Amino acid sequence: MIAKLFTPNKEIPKMFYTSAGFLTFIIFLLIWSVLSYGQIVNPLFLPTPTDVLTTAVDLFVNGEILSDIGISFTRVLFGFLAAAIIGIPLGILMGSLRIMEGAFEPIIGFIRYMPASAFIPLLILWIGLGETEKMSVIFLGTFFQLTLMIMDVTKNVQNDLVDVSYTLGAKKAQVFTKVILPASLPGIVDTLRITFGWAWTYLVVAEIVGASSGLGYMIMQASRFLQPDKIIVGILIIGILGLITDILFKAIYKASFSWMRKDGF
Amino acid sequence: MVTPQLKVKERENIVEPKRSESIISVTGTPKLEIKEVGKVFKTKKGETTALEKTSFSIEDGEFVTILGPSGCGKSTVLRIVAGLEEATSGKVLLDGQEIHGPGPDRGMVFQSYTLFPWLSVKDNITFGLKLKGVSNKERDNIARHYLQLIGLEGFENHFPIQLSGGMKQRVAIARALANDPKILLMDEPFGALDAQTRNIMQEVLLKAWEESKKTILFITHDVDESIFLADSVYVMTARPGRLKKKVPIELERPRDFSVKATVEFAEYKDELLSLIRDESLKAIK
Repeated sequence: MIAKLFTPNKEIPKMFYTSAGFLTFIIFLLIWSVLSYGQIVNPLFLPTPTDVLTTAVDLFVNGEILSDIGISFTRVLFGFLAAAIIGIPLGILMGSLRIMEGAFEPIIGFIRYMPASAFIPLLILWIGLGETEKMSVIFLGTFFQLTLMIMDVTKNVQNDLVDVSYTLGAKKAQVFTKVILPASLPGIVDTLRITFGWAWTYLVVAEIVGASSGLGYMIMQASRFLQPDKIIVGILIIGILGLITDILFKAIYKASFSWMRKDGF
Repeated sequence: MVTPQLKVKERENIVEPKRSESIISVTGTPKLEIKEVGKVFKTKKGETTALEKTSFSIEDGEFVTILGPSGCGKSTVLRIVAGLEEATSGKVLLDGQEIHGPGPDRGMVFQSYTLFPWLSVKDNITFGLKLKGVSNKERDNIARHYLQLIGLEGFENHFPIQLSGGMKQRVAIARALANDPKILLMDEPFGALDAQTRNIMQEVLLKAWEESKKTILFITHDVDESIFLADSVYVMTARPGRLKKKVPIELERPRDFSVKATVEFAEYKDELLSLIRDESLKAIK
């Protein structure tokens, strides 16, 4: 049995798989507990798990964190929506029309290597410190990757499907709406799921510089006032929010694309 | 009483492959005419002739197979007729009209599985009808008819992922026929199937052909398949592709698998095998 667990590419019982995941979490908590409860690390730098938990409960009970979550979520959502609304159609066109790929792929491929965070000073100069600036950072962080990923998804639509639709009488516009779009839809939803995750990481960058609200701001303030427990709560909340949106996207995927599964459900 | 051996001799006299005109039939306007169609690909190393100037024609309701080694340009001919590729020279006439680009009058079945995976079997079959604006009720009727023809009643709400390879190709045939094209083009449609399924599919196709009376142009590299299905087999040469010979198949119809065990079948097979062997040898050199 032990030998089987360490054979490459070998399937193992599901129970072992799940337990291994739990075990890693427990070991992680154990190390944290030993370091913090055992006073091996100064509590000023590493609070105990119970400290973090009570701080989290306090923050939720007095409600101050809820408005931060709301503000952060709005920023992520709108910045990301703007990226998706422009990026999806552009990506589809780039993936299916060579002229569009030729026109946009080089410039997008270039800009995506520029760090979005480095644009913040420029954005502040251009549009100030308001909400638009925060959303713009998230937009810049996700738009270029998203567009290129949608382009790849669209490019991978089997050419024979396009050909066969022509022989069935489809016109060019119908090839987009009846073939390319439905064929690439699962890939598009998956791309949105992945890039939405990245949007959360850019949120913190956007809120650390020149913000007065939001989870990133809360983390920054907690650092100034030496409250590591609050920092950890902020990080955990962002992680959990990201996880929830990921699960939501997966649920949408599962509900919408039953045709991709053999059982049809 | 004419012996089969003599028949072969006669055919050799009738068909002179190098003179393309000789292959054009004599009775009225043919369904499909391919006139001096050639294809040259431009590559970095210069020009490659995929298809030498080729002419032939197909009668209304005729079942024609093109038999050739891989890479001989037989798919190129079909894709040019479908309008999916442009010929470098010559033209293709369907019912006397020159074709430009792809259209629903030329249905096609590909070797790869090309059912739309997000559509049910029924919606796949009626895809072209829906584009044409055929009413919901009529679409249902047509779908039912073709589902029955290909023997897949009860599968209308299945998705392609739930079907076997043979079933997928049956639906692809039904989808092409449901659109009522003037000619059905088939590009090695059973090439990816195992031998047993392939035999069954050939019979399914013959049944569908006899019922629908469609003109069919069918590409294959399988000698048995080309004889079993066809009224005429065209043998193609290795690259650059050229029609080498037309072999009319005078086996009785309707045919079933038992015809493959007859002496006549074996003689056709011998003849075609020797024709194609030369070409296959050339192709692998």
